[in-house]
Amino acid sequence: MHKQLMKGNEAIVKSAILAGCRGFYGYPITPASEIAEAAAQYFPQTGGVFVQAESEVAAINMLYGAAAAGIRAMTASSGPGISLMQEGISYMAGAELPCVIADITRGGPGLGNIAAEQSDYHQVVKGGGHGNYRTIVLAPHSVQEMADLTELAFELADRYRNPVVVLADGFIGQMMEPVEFPPRALEHEPPPWAVTGTAATRRSLVNSLHLNSDELEAHVRDLETKYRRAEQQETRAEAWLTGDAEIVLVGYGIVGRILKAVTAEARAAGLKVGLLRPVTLYPFPVRSFQKLARHAQIFLVVEMSNGQLLEDVKLALNGARPVEFLGRGGGNVPTHEEVLRRVYQLAGRVIDANEPEGERLAHV
Amino acid sequence: MSSEALMEYTVAHGRPKAFYERFERKDELQHQTHYCPGCGHGIVHKMLARAIDELGIQNQTILVGPVGCSVFTYYYFDVGNVQAAHGRAPAVATAIKRSRPQSMVISYQGDGDLSAIGSAEILHAANRGEHITVIFVNNAIYSMTGGQAAPTTLLGQKSTTTPQGRNAGREGYPLHVCELLATLEAPVYLERVGLGDNKQIAKASRAIRKALENQVKGFGFSLIEVLSPCPTIWKMSAVEAQRWVRDVMEKTYPLGVYRDRSKDAQSWSAPEEKPALQDIPKILGVAEANLPEGNAALIEHAGEIDLQVRIAGFGGQGVLLLGEILAEAGLDAGLEVSWLPSYGPEMRSGTSNCHVRLASQSIDSPLVTVPHVLVAMNEPSLRKFDLSVRPGGWVLYNGESFPVDCERPDVHVLARPFTHLADELGDARVSNMVMLGALLEISGVLPQTSVDDALHRLVRNPRWLALDQHALELGRTLAREAMQEACHEV
Repeated sequence: MHKQLMKGNEAIVKSAILAGCRGFYGYPITPASEIAEAAAQYFPQTGGVFVQAESEVAAINMLYGAAAAGIRAMTASSGPGISLMQEGISYMAGAELPCVIADITRGGPGLGNIAAEQSDYHQVVKGGGHGNYRTIVLAPHSVQEMADLTELAFELADRYRNPVVVLADGFIGQMMEPVEFPPRALEHEPPPWAVTGTAATRRSLVNSLHLNSDELEAHVRDLETKYRRAEQQETRAEAWLTGDAEIVLVGYGIVGRILKAVTAEARAAGLKVGLLRPVTLYPFPVRSFQKLARHAQIFLVVEMSNGQLLEDVKLALNGARPVEFLGRGGGNVPTHEEVLRRVYQLAGRVIDANEPEGERLAHV
Repeated sequence: MSSEALMEYTVAHGRPKAFYERFERKDELQHQTHYCPGCGHGIVHKMLARAIDELGIQNQTILVGPVGCSVFTYYYFDVGNVQAAHGRAPAVATAIKRSRPQSMVISYQGDGDLSAIGSAEILHAANRGEHITVIFVNNAIYSMTGGQAAPTTLLGQKSTTTPQGRNAGREGYPLHVCELLATLEAPVYLERVGLGDNKQIAKASRAIRKALENQVKGFGFSLIEVLSPCPTIWKMSAVEAQRWVRDVMEKTYPLGVYRDRSKDAQSWSAPEEKPALQDIPKILGVAEANLPEGNAALIEHAGEIDLQVRIAGFGGQGVLLLGEILAEAGLDAGLEVSWLPSYGPEMRSGTSNCHVRLASQSIDSPLVTVPHVLVAMNEPSLRKFDLSVRPGGWVLYNGESFPVDCERPDVHVLARPFTHLADELGDARVSNMVMLGALLEISGVLPQTSVDDALHRLVRNPRWLALDQHALELGRTLAREAMQEACHEV
């Protein structure tokens, strides 16, 4: 048995430590608290630091300090806590500090509720803090991906010297599935720019202040170049049964799993349905969408929000194909059955569209 | 001066080595600071740089700069520099010190930064007893932004946001940081000093050195509050401003030592040895040696398996554990499995439920909306999920009799007083295991060895383990009888 049954929230912590993460700074919040609890247990045992901060504001600034000192460090929170962290995320992006932030989303706005929603998409993917910056965002849809994408998150954070968010929902965090870890732990060497309290790093400076307007503009352009490079090299998406798909279902996280079940059932009923699941939400897998748009007739975006991923899908397709939307909120999950009903409706339209005069659909 | 005279010349008060020779990070005027004439920051900087020199810690020092007039500390100090967000320097310093315990970490902050926006960060860093040194420069005003009121602004003092002068009824009273922090247990050294005259300055210099030395000795949290002149914003000459510190500020903020436990302080011991890299997977419980062998190799599953189960009941009935043992046994038998707890408003209100899938193919959705088997441990759960059960499926119900209005012609029912039966076995709390036994018998997809092994892995207490095994067997018997009855009826 090479796999073990584990919660997604625990898998994140173990994967992080194996990836060389030695600092966890966090503040409890449902449904992410298991991450802090597992971190409190395992970080001190593995030579790392665990601090329960006085607030998410302090936690993200502690992350700033740990990253400045050249340590792989992470935090975890949920919507309201992520809102408080936006200040620090902006500073870290500005100072080009790597870190990993797990957002196990819940319902909002405000106190909302503690059930799973996907309504943090805008604040996480579009960058909820001030200034011209982006965060790299990875969206796992299984416990195995919670582990795999956490390790990738640390790699990308260092490669791009930028905060990386693992955006998962309460379901992916709380559920248990078999998971397998690499059989080794990585050692992380402090990067040369870090401030480590040694003669060699005495001239190092971690800073996001550029008083001179030309200097700040140049800095922002450098960041832009970095983001363009990530857009070229780091996009990831899972395409499933899309080869001949006329209807393409789109969703991430737990919704991606539901859409797999829907796709399988629709295929069994003879419908040409496929699934495109973005794994990187930023950089967004634009080319995967454009490629599918050549053959697919219609896209159906399914989200546990009021249509946030929807906007990126529309931008990616840029009007090439119609985009339909099915959203649930408040902690309600789009059921297999209701998505399937919608797929059957769309299939009717696609069949109409396949009639000679039905060309209209493709150009809406 | 002749060269011979030069050789006799010794520098008594030169530039501290902890300052850069030229301030190359500044755009212009690289020979001087950006501070106004008469500003206290220059003096405090010099005291700090001297202390760093004297203690010989330049290479180890990491200076965390604030937002405010002293935002550019990195222009001047030839040490490791980290610039922090407004008020957050103590949080940043906390993680730097904990990440690099051999470094000497200084948080340099003004009164707006520390006592207003950063009041939570300083309070908690002090309360945790972080091993850092804080230099807190108090000039009773926000200077960099042009003279707005600070929490430290004196009563009656005019500022751009208290144009009539600070009024206690409107803006509250001046905040006494040293006094406030002195209510905490952890701080080792708290002193308020002033720059009001040369005597005060000499004292301030000694205090700053001591605060830094405490860190070198591993003593814990030290903070020095420095009452400091701001001639520009106070609209005074440098001399008047210095006098105002002594004659006016000091009345609100008495100088003195508010805490000094440096004599009794224990030196902080170095962090424990870190484990070897190759031991980490084992510590995390994910190394090969941690993983059970499992019985997958011994088991041949007849045909394709897809079992979808919903388990529901009150919190405390062992709903989640029932599901977990089922999933663990499935994994042991080489199946794909998923376990998903209900995550909704129920979480806090006493009912709980979970979704379990066991399959020979990879599992698409872990959500079970149309279960093959519903395990309803109470009536509300039955009523909530009864109609969702797949035609031809089973409902296992914990109750004397099945409610008539829940009966469906297309599903099988096993209704028994499981809690009562478990109680007869020895403990009502194993009712979940009786129901699991029945579920295993009905589904027939898992071999007993996998169930036994899963149980051993998840139930460590031998008394409970024995009880659980009896409970499982009872459940299997009940289910066998029910299935035979069902056959006879057919």
